[in-house]
Amino acid sequence: MTRIYFDYNATTPPAPGVADAVIRVTQDVFGNASSVHAFGQQAKTVLDEARSALAALLHADQSEVVFTSGGTEADNFAIRGAAEALEPAGRRHLIASAIEHEAILNTVKALTRRGWRTTLLRVDETGVVSPERLREVITDDTAIVSVMHANNEIGTVQPVGEMAAIAHAHGALMHTDAVQSAGKIPVDVRALGVDLLSVSAHKFNGPKGAGALWIKRGTRMQPVMTGGKHERNRRAGTENVAALVGLGVAAALAASKMASEAIRVAALRDRLEAGILSAVPGTVVNGARESRVPNTTNISVDRVEAESLLIALDLEGVAVSTGSACSSGTLEPSHVLRAMGLPAHRTQNSLRFSLGMFSTQEEVDRVIEILPRLVEKLRGLTRKAVAAGG
Amino acid sequence: MSGGVDSSVAAALLAEQGHDVIGLSMQLYDASGADGRASFGSCCSIDDLHDARRVAAVIDIPHYILNFERQFDEQVVSNFVHEYAAGRTPLPCAHCNSDLKFATLVERARGFGADMVATGHYARVERDAASGRFLLKRGVDPEKDQSYFLFPLTQDQLAHAVFPVGDRPKDEVREYARRRRLPVAGKPDSQEICFIPDHDYAAFVTERVPAAAREGAIVDAQGRVLGSHGGIHRFTVGQRKGLGLSTPAPMYVLELRPAERQVVVGPRASLEQTMLTASGVNWILDAPVEPRTVTAQIRHRHHPAPAIVRATGPSTAEAVFETPQIAITPGQAVVFYDGDVVVGGGWID
Repeated sequence: MTRIYFDYNATTPPAPGVADAVIRVTQDVFGNASSVHAFGQQAKTVLDEARSALAALLHADQSEVVFTSGGTEADNFAIRGAAEALEPAGRRHLIASAIEHEAILNTVKALTRRGWRTTLLRVDETGVVSPERLREVITDDTAIVSVMHANNEIGTVQPVGEMAAIAHAHGALMHTDAVQSAGKIPVDVRALGVDLLSVSAHKFNGPKGAGALWIKRGTRMQPVMTGGKHERNRRAGTENVAALVGLGVAAALAASKMASEAIRVAALRDRLEAGILSAVPGTVVNGARESRVPNTTNISVDRVEAESLLIALDLEGVAVSTGSACSSGTLEPSHVLRAMGLPAHRTQNSLRFSLGMFSTQEEVDRVIEILPRLVEKLRGLTRKAVAAGG
Repeated sequence: MSGGVDSSVAAALLAEQGHDVIGLSMQLYDASGADGRASFGSCCSIDDLHDARRVAAVIDIPHYILNFERQFDEQVVSNFVHEYAAGRTPLPCAHCNSDLKFATLVERARGFGADMVATGHYARVERDAASGRFLLKRGVDPEKDQSYFLFPLTQDQLAHAVFPVGDRPKDEVREYARRRRLPVAGKPDSQEICFIPDHDYAAFVTERVPAAAREGAIVDAQGRVLGSHGGIHRFTVGQRKGLGLSTPAPMYVLELRPAERQVVVGPRASLEQTMLTASGVNWILDAPVEPRTVTAQIRHRHHPAPAIVRATGPSTAEAVFETPQIAITPGQAVVFYDGDVVVGGGWID
């Protein structure tokens, strides 16, 4: 079976050159980047090249890039590290949006248990956080505001720059989780005006286990991983040199191809979306369609359980997801769609299609061809069950 | 695929026979528990779902976990607690089979293109050539037979059911699992009620239905008060332990009276009864309008006893035993057999 992979927001296949780089460095550059000798210097050199490549993608200075094990660690580092640094100054309030990834939401919960006051910002029905709402809840004891750059489930881009200005006016730090935007749309840390920004390599065709937190020069932060003096004393632990070199290769490629890829992938996504909406009755797109990352569409299919449709698609060789990969296996309807105030029949029946580097028009057309039949079959069974239940 | 040996072998056998097999596991409750306690080793815990996935990988079939937490709670767990609170002794596995596995799960499986649904039950389905009916028969291993738990299956459900281990003894099933190197070959059999891993049914019931914990009197058959109790859900007919009575002869629970919140006790001889009535009856063979000689089984581990059964209504039946039976328990199933063949069954009133 030729399989179709439309789940790029969960993870991506490696870009050309990434796997080779990881293998080469694993084999040939095994030194510890902190060692004084030639082996260490060699590792440090390739690590710095990767750091520069990522800095270029983010329009940042390479000295501000702290490598981590991925997006979740970067988010934890941002929230916990800033919280610890600002708590002595009497700031014990944290604001995040209600549609953040679990890496943020569960870290917020952990701070709540430690006695922090936390506020989650609602979103409107288009899936966008309102800066007005932030203005209402922010106080002068707010330490951190964390609002993701692009949402992982529906792809909507958030007004991060505007919110950063509000945060700074109250002396708070601004963090954004850019895991789903970096490599897909321009991410310029200065233009966004943030203090902290998280990225993850495997979301832009790099390897898993590699990510970074960008920390604006001069930002007060406490390390979360404590140990040796790696990453300029900001994140202890021997760097995963091979994976981070892979990250660098993927970042350089993403930066050079972003403009053309964004147009190509958006055209495929729009074709898929339009095809599904016209071929499958009772479908509706969730979230604003204008300001989205170019690769994502989230569609509710009326009168079908998303879980069943996902499996039926997989058995036909089509990989999609019902929300974030991290929350699948749970019954809870998407917290993102719920925060948008959508009714239950839309929050429980939504499928996320996310495209990327290797997606083709043939694949899009194949999915448009397969989907109506599967939906019809599942709807037929639901009707029968209702009739039998009487 | 529960992650146990039987359903794992069922899947492996079908895959080996060349069938197009899709592995499905049901996630039935939040196994992590509200306070994060893991229910290690119980059926359907996270560990078991992982085991099922490992087996599916070994036999090279796709595997999916379906989240049936809501359905399980509505169709099985709530019935379980309300039966206990009403002074009956429920049999949740039978409800799970007829209302979940061979209902919701089958419907989902059909949506994925499946024609049949196989489970690891020790039972057999055969099509009777003469009548065209699907018959339910005991599994060949008398120690493991689970036909008792499958009596509510309708003809349509039986027509789409496959029990690949039903014609094998358990040791042969384990041997097959070892030979195929299934990672669950040495796993112990599941015991007790899967969703109450600590086996504290009373605490589980009072957590769901606090009113069940109302105190009441322990009385004898003449109505004399012998003691008190902390809720009738703590008792089942035939129970001797936990009564807290200091009577010269051991006393047994004879009856639970929910309206009066009374537990009626008496000597062992008073537990003997020769007659029962059942409701919610499902006939797999023709309903016996005329009295029919059968063997009747009144609980999972009961040795079936000769009885005369007759249908008293569309879904009710009455059975008279040849010899008195100990502790006929309301809420449990009575299943009628003709040899190995299930005639029908129902819920003891």
